[in-house]
Amino acid sequence: MVPTSYFLVLSAVLFGLGVIAFIFKRNILTIFMSIELMLNAVNLAFVSFSRLLGQLQGQVFVFFVIVVAAAEAAVGLAIIILIHRNRGTLNVEKVDSLKD
Amino acid sequence: MPVLTYLWIIPLLPLLGAAANGIFGGRWAKNTVTALALSSTTLAFLAALEAVREFISLSPDQIPWSKSYFTWISAGGFQADFALQVDQLTVIMLLVVTGVGWLIHIYSTGYMNDDPGYRRFFSYLNLFMFFMLVLILAANYLLMFVGWEGVGLCSYLLIGFFFLKQSATNAGNKAFWVNRIGDFGFLLGLLLIFRTFGSLDFATVLPRAAAMPADASGQIGTLTAIALLLFVGAAGKSAQLPLYVWLPDAMEGPTPVSALIHAATMVTAGVYMVVRSHAIFLNAPVAMQVVAVIGCVTALFAATIGLVQTDIKKVLAYSTVSQLGYMFLACGVGAFGAGIFHLMTHAFFKGLLFLAAGSVIHAMGGEQDMRMMGGLRKKIPVTFWTMFMATLAIAGAPGFSGFFSKDEILNEAQRVSPVLWGLGVLTAGLTSFYMFRMLFLTFFGAGRYDEHQVHVHESPKNMTIPLIVLAILSVCGGWMAAPQLVGGVNRFEHFLAPALATGAEPVVAAAESTGGGGEIVQALLGAPVIAGLLGFLLAWWFYIKSPETPKKLADSLSAPYKLLSGKYFVDELYMAVIVRPLVWISDKVLWHAVDERVIDGAVNGVALVSSETGDRLRRASTGNIRSYATWIVLGVLVFTSLLLWMVD
Repeated sequence: MVPTSYFLVLSAVLFGLGVIAFIFKRNILTIFMSIELMLNAVNLAFVSFSRLLGQLQGQVFVFFVIVVAAAEAAVGLAIIILIHRNRGTLNVEKVDSLKD
Repeated sequence: MPVLTYLWIIPLLPLLGAAANGIFGGRWAKNTVTALALSSTTLAFLAALEAVREFISLSPDQIPWSKSYFTWISAGGFQADFALQVDQLTVIMLLVVTGVGWLIHIYSTGYMNDDPGYRRFFSYLNLFMFFMLVLILAANYLLMFVGWEGVGLCSYLLIGFFFLKQSATNAGNKAFWVNRIGDFGFLLGLLLIFRTFGSLDFATVLPRAAAMPADASGQIGTLTAIALLLFVGAAGKSAQLPLYVWLPDAMEGPTPVSALIHAATMVTAGVYMVVRSHAIFLNAPVAMQVVAVIGCVTALFAATIGLVQTDIKKVLAYSTVSQLGYMFLACGVGAFGAGIFHLMTHAFFKGLLFLAAGSVIHAMGGEQDMRMMGGLRKKIPVTFWTMFMATLAIAGAPGFSGFFSKDEILNEAQRVSPVLWGLGVLTAGLTSFYMFRMLFLTFFGAGRYDEHQVHVHESPKNMTIPLIVLAILSVCGGWMAAPQLVGGVNRFEHFLAPALATGAEPVVAAAESTGGGGEIVQALLGAPVIAGLLGFLLAWWFYIKSPETPKKLADSLSAPYKLLSGKYFVDELYMAVIVRPLVWISDKVLWHAVDERVIDGAVNGVALVSSETGDRLRRASTGNIRSYATWIVLGVLVFTSLLLWMVD
């Protein structure tokens, strides 16, 4: 059987990638995808712990996260499309009218 | 016993008058203000008379009559009640304060008639009566201190009554500050009393103090320390060396105030307090010596200054300081009864002198310089005759009230120390000289004023009647204590004796043994009279017979004359030694260094640090999500590594 630590390391790596992408990318769509990546990294950790401890709570949590992520994706993508329509760009540094 | 049961009614009446006039008086007609002010003091006087009538019918074991109305302060083991008491000493003070106060209120309705501050004046004056009555009726030191500070406040307010005049404001401030020094001593004395006896009630403290062994002569034990601290307070309030400087300046106030507060009542509060605490003083020989010497030296010192003053009120002010010195001399030699006796006669004749001086000033249209007066005898006869009576009384002419009280003091002093007696007799001579000098300069000779400018007129009835009443008291006030010398019974001393007795107490015996002194005592009694006569003759020679003499004498003795007319330059000395350094320290050190640098610096520094920090931190709030995310991640990393590091 694959040791739990493998899953956890993979989860950490995915999460780290998500964080790095979130910080360094400027495209809203990419940032959005990096959030999804982090969510799924967390899901992976939940599932691996669930398997390790032989309990189901972790998997239940994962379902919740998936549902929330789906809702988020629906709303988020709609916002992104609207931003693109109004501004003609997806660069976050240009979307700063609230700051001024 | 309606009044004795509800003793608080006596001080309450003037307080109501003061409050009503002070708060609502602005809307009332002047007649209403007058009626309120007068009726409150009249009622207080009547209540005091009734209280005395009831007091006389008390049996000796009911005296001191003490009533506690409510607990004022209760903290730990300490308790102070709002409690009033009446004993023989209080009775005398009560009659003097309400009686003389009442007369002076009547006089003031005439004197202050045209003053725009009429209502304010009577409000303050009634307030003063309230505090003075609290002071003398209090049954513990703390309540006495309330009255003590209250009369000080009223004194300050009334000295600075003409507050648009810079000199009046300054004089008020000076009185307040000098009294702070004295009051500080008094307060320390109270703390030491509490520490020693665990209470501030007269009924507890005084018997215990009397029962304590006396401090050894020449040593400063607890009782001596208490007595000396109390005396510091008394010296401030009663204008003794070295704290007398405020009283001459206090003459900036309206003349009735000088009569009531700065001659008849408030300034004698110090004497009253010392007499009230006699049980402490009698067991503190060093303190007694200090009191006697300070009193005697002050009497002489102030009298010499009074010789050359030209302002009619200033002469009387120094005279007051001098007479207060006599009272303390009496206390210091253990003749507390004589001190209170002189306090009473002094209240009559000095109150009268001030009121008469006010009448003169009124007649002269505000002039106070005696060099601008003269020849007023025929023009204002009532003022002249009453003032003449008062002058005879203060100069100690035989048969007048001052004669009995002063002679009694000197007689007692002579039994303790010939030096004190000698100085006292010398002062009696000086007193006679400066008083007759004042009388001659004011009322005799030719008028030195411009007849066309000044229309001399006698004062109205409401001013002259108090003068006449006080003149009668000044003449007769001493008869109740005519000493054994003239075959009388010293009723005054006899009446006061129980209040001054402290158990196994020699005062009563001393009072009775006075008569047995033999011819020497009788001869000595004549000395002050002879000194007074010499003073009178000298004044007569200087100011009636050959008016050039004073001028020549002043020229030939210019150095002593300058010293006297400069009032020994004590004010200048205090200015240089105390006031200027204090101002310098306050200005340079306390204000510019401590306040501006340290305190303001700390406050502004804190503000500067936080505003600078905020300014730096503000840059971190960019509004950029990704930079926030970076901070979060860094934070998480830091905390995680800390956790890991700590777990290891």
